[in-house]
Parts: sequence; C-alpha cells; structure tokens
Amino acid sequence: MSAPVTRVPSYQRRIGVFWWVHKRSYFLFVMRELSSIFVAWFVVYLLMFVAAVAGGQQRYDEFLDRATSPLLLVVNAVGLAFLVLHTVTWFALTPKAMVLRLGGRRVPGTAMLAAQYVALAVVSAFIYWLVVKA
Amino acid sequence: MDDSIAMQVTRYRPDKNSQPVPVDYEVPLRTEWTVLDGLNHIKAEQDETLSFRWSCRMGICGSCGMNVNGEPRLTCATFLSDYAPGPVRVEPLANFPVVKDLIVDITDFMEKLPRVKPWIIRDDDVTEIDGEYIQTPEELEAYQQFSMCINCMLCYAACPVYGLDPDFVGPAAIALAERYDLDSRDRGSRERLDVLIEKEGVWGCTFVGECTSVCPKHVDPAGAIQRYKLKAAQESVKAFLLPKALRR
Amino acid sequence: MKFRVLPFVWLTFSGGGVVAAVFLPVLVVLLAFALPLGWVDPSHAHLEGLVQSWFTRIALFALIVPMLVHAAHRFRYTVYDGLQVKHKVLVALACYGGAMVLAMAAFLVLTTV
Ligand code: SF4
Ligand code: FES
Repeated sequence: MSAPVTRVPSYQRRIGVFWWVHKRSYFLFVMRELSSIFVAWFVVYLLMFVAAVAGGQQRYDEFLDRATSPLLLVVNAVGLAFLVLHTVTWFALTPKAMVLRLGGRRVPGTAMLAAQYVALAVVSAFIYWLVVKA
Repeated sequence: MDDSIAMQVTRYRPDKNSQPVPVDYEVPLRTEWTVLDGLNHIKAEQDETLSFRWSCRMGICGSCGMNVNGEPRLTCATFLSDYAPGPVRVEPLANFPVVKDLIVDITDFMEKLPRVKPWIIRDDDVTEIDGEYIQTPEELEAYQQFSMCINCMLCYAACPVYGLDPDFVGPAAIALAERYDLDSRDRGSRERLDVLIEKEGVWGCTFVGECTSVCPKHVDPAGAIQRYKLKAAQESVKAFLLPKALRR
Repeated sequence: MKFRVLPFVWLTFSGGGVVAAVFLPVLVVLLAFALPLGWVDPSHAHLEGLVQSWFTRIALFALIVPMLVHAAHRFRYTVYDGLQVKHKVLVALACYGGAMVLAMAAFLVLTTV
C-alpha cells in the first residue's frame, strides 16, 4: 500500500542536557515538573507531623522546634514556592485539557478557572477551621 | 529603518560540511518582505546553491517551516521587519534530521501520520450512491478547529518530548486523530484508541504546551492530546473496572 | 479493548495533581509555618484528637496515595526527558517503587498512631 521509502543520508542534531534553560517556556515547564519533588517531600513532612502529634506533647514540641530550624524553614519556603507554581499551572491547564459541557454548552475556560480557585478557598478554609478552630 | 538586514542562515552541504554551519548574508529590508523572501533573494542574487522548501507563499501548503531565531515558524508568514535590526537566525526545523541546508527529512512524520488512521472509517457499506452524509453546523463545529492542520510540523519542532523520544507519535498526528474521532460521520475511534493507548501514543506527552503556542493554524494539539488521555482513561475504566451492566 | 496500565496511572496522577493543588498549600502553610512559628496556637490535645479520629486518618490516606503517584509519575518523565537519563525501566521502577514504599509507610503511620 505505502510507497517504498528511500532513506536519504542526513545529519542528526543532538539535544543538549540543558535544552530547557535557553527558553522561558521550557524553563517554566521543567520547574513545574520539578514541583513533584516537593509534593513528595510535603507528604513525608505531613506524615512526620502526624506521627509527632500522636507521639505526645513532648514529641510534638520537639517537632515544632526542629521545624523552626533555618534549614527546614528554607526548604519548606522553597517547597511552598514550587507548590504554588504547581497549583497555578495546574489550574491554568485544566480548562485546556478537558471540555466540560453543561446543558449542551461548553463551559468557558474562565469559569472553570474561577471554580477551581473557589474550591481552593473553600477547602483551605475548612482545613484551617479543622486544625485551628474546631 | 535600515535598508538592509543580516540573515544568519544555517548551511549544510553533505559533500562539504561535516556538520551544519551558520553563514551570514545581507538582504534588503522591505516592510512587506518575509523571511522566505529574504531566502529567495539570497538564492537569486548571492548563492544559488542555497536549498530550502516552499511552495504557496501564503501559509497554506505547510512546506516552508524553519526555526527563525529559535522559534519554529512558517517563513512565508514571518516578516523580516519584525526582527530588525537583526540578525535573523534561520535554521532547519528542529528535531528533524537535516538533509541539506534548510531541508529536513520528514520521513518519520510521514510514517507516523497514517498510523492514527486520519480518514473517515465506517462500519457500514454506505457509499456515494446512497446519498451524502448530512452534517449540522454544530457537528461541523465540533471538529473544525482540528481540521485546520496543514502538516507543517512546526509542532514537532517545538515539542521537546518528540525531540528526546522519537517514538512519540507527536502532536499533529494526535490532533488529527481527534479531528476524525469528533466527526459525526466517523466510526473509527476504537481503532484509533488502540493505537494511541500504547505508550508511544499519548502517554509520552507531558503537556509542555509549546505545540499549541507555535501552531500557525490554532489547531491546539496540546488540548487534543490531553483530551485523548482522558478519553483513553475513561474507556479503560469503563472496560475493566465497571460491572458489565453499567458498560455501554 | 486492550488492557493497559498507563491509563490508570495517568488517572491517579491527575487525581493526585488536583489534591496537591487544592489541599496541600493550606496544609503546608499551617504545618510548616503557622504552627512552628506560633502564628496560630491550637492545643496539642486538640491536634491529637484530630489525628486520632478515623475520619482524619482515612481521609489523609486517601489524599496521600494519589499525591505520591502524582509525584512519582511526574518525576519519572522529568528525569527521562529533562535530565535525559535514558534507563527507562530503571527510572520507572525507582519512581513508582519509591511511591509504593512511601504509601506503605503512610499506611503504617496512619494505622499505628
Ligand atoms: S497542528 Fe499546527 S503546527 Fe502542527 S502540523 Fe498541524 S498546522 Fe502545523
Ligand atoms: S510556502 Fe506554503 S506555507 Fe509557507
């Protein structure tokens, strides 16, 4: 069915390991993907927190003490920055990745974007209330 | 405005160069001149051995794609004056092997395109004799955007995943699969899914999004690929997790 | 239809992405900054009650597992494309294996506390 192909000799260019530093959009993409490291780190941190709380007043106090060490504060601050990058980019890409239809009409991207931030606010308020107030 | 602009054009003559080398030229800078006009000027006035592809000069044949200052562009739709005072760097389309000067080997793309069966597939024997297919404006609108592709391969040049993993079937092919899936006349989505659900299909894509940014026809291959992933996942859940009674 | 694992992994990856985007920021602000730095000061007894409730533990486990898959899946492709480590199988094993180990650790922590 398909015609025979003649392979012509050609020059294969190489892509360097740092292909992503030269272009802003590629750089942002790699940073976005690297947020995964901090997602994993914060899961571990969350588990350590739970274990410390369950371990009694003293272990909990020790945990809080260690969490104020400069090293941990810096790591967590950097991690939070990456996490915010994840949240912002994830929300921004969702309307591009899926088409929602309500009553036969396509839900506009801005509405989906806004709905996600509303969800973020509601969930955040609920967790804040659970941890601090309830 | 200066009356000329420097163009740095990548040359590769297999008999002379062991690798592509940039060569500097100077061309007149006119407001209405595109990068392609600059190349044609070089070929006509300075070096007739310069090789590059073009045909329509109006952004419809898709053959004049090159990397201009690092961005994949249709050179017939890219104006020299936008790069003044220059220089304008013109390289062969990224991610494809170079045959000569600005001409790249597109065999890989030509081989991948038919894999997704980009044509209307029917499961009945309806032919022209039975009359035309009726399609409403809404049904046309459902796939129209994805049908604008001119196979210029700019999206492949912009895609780092394709560059690093040549097995990846790539943006335009998946957008085209989506174009036929969304066509009310087509019955072939299952067949295409079987191709694209493989790991060389949609899963290599990490949603860099550059294919959509560079597409001159606003096809949005990145969106098509993510929707295809969702479709593949939904179908998989339906086929393997839901109890029989709930399957469609 | 052909059975493939990747669609399910991707679905979990996406779910984990949503969880990480929606639930994780507030948790990090609270647990990594507000509590240690004393911006808010709930009693230890209150927090203990919270982590001891079955609801919290099940909810945490249900949030943690997809986040781990999310991180593993994303990191896998970052290592493969971004850093061009071309040992496909090894990278995949290390990433998903790591997620599995952490998920088991989470199970242990959440069932024994
Ligand atoms: S999807 Fe756009 S960039 Fe890609 S080949 Fe088609 S027209 Fe060109
Ligand atoms: S020459 Fe046809 S698209 Fe540029």
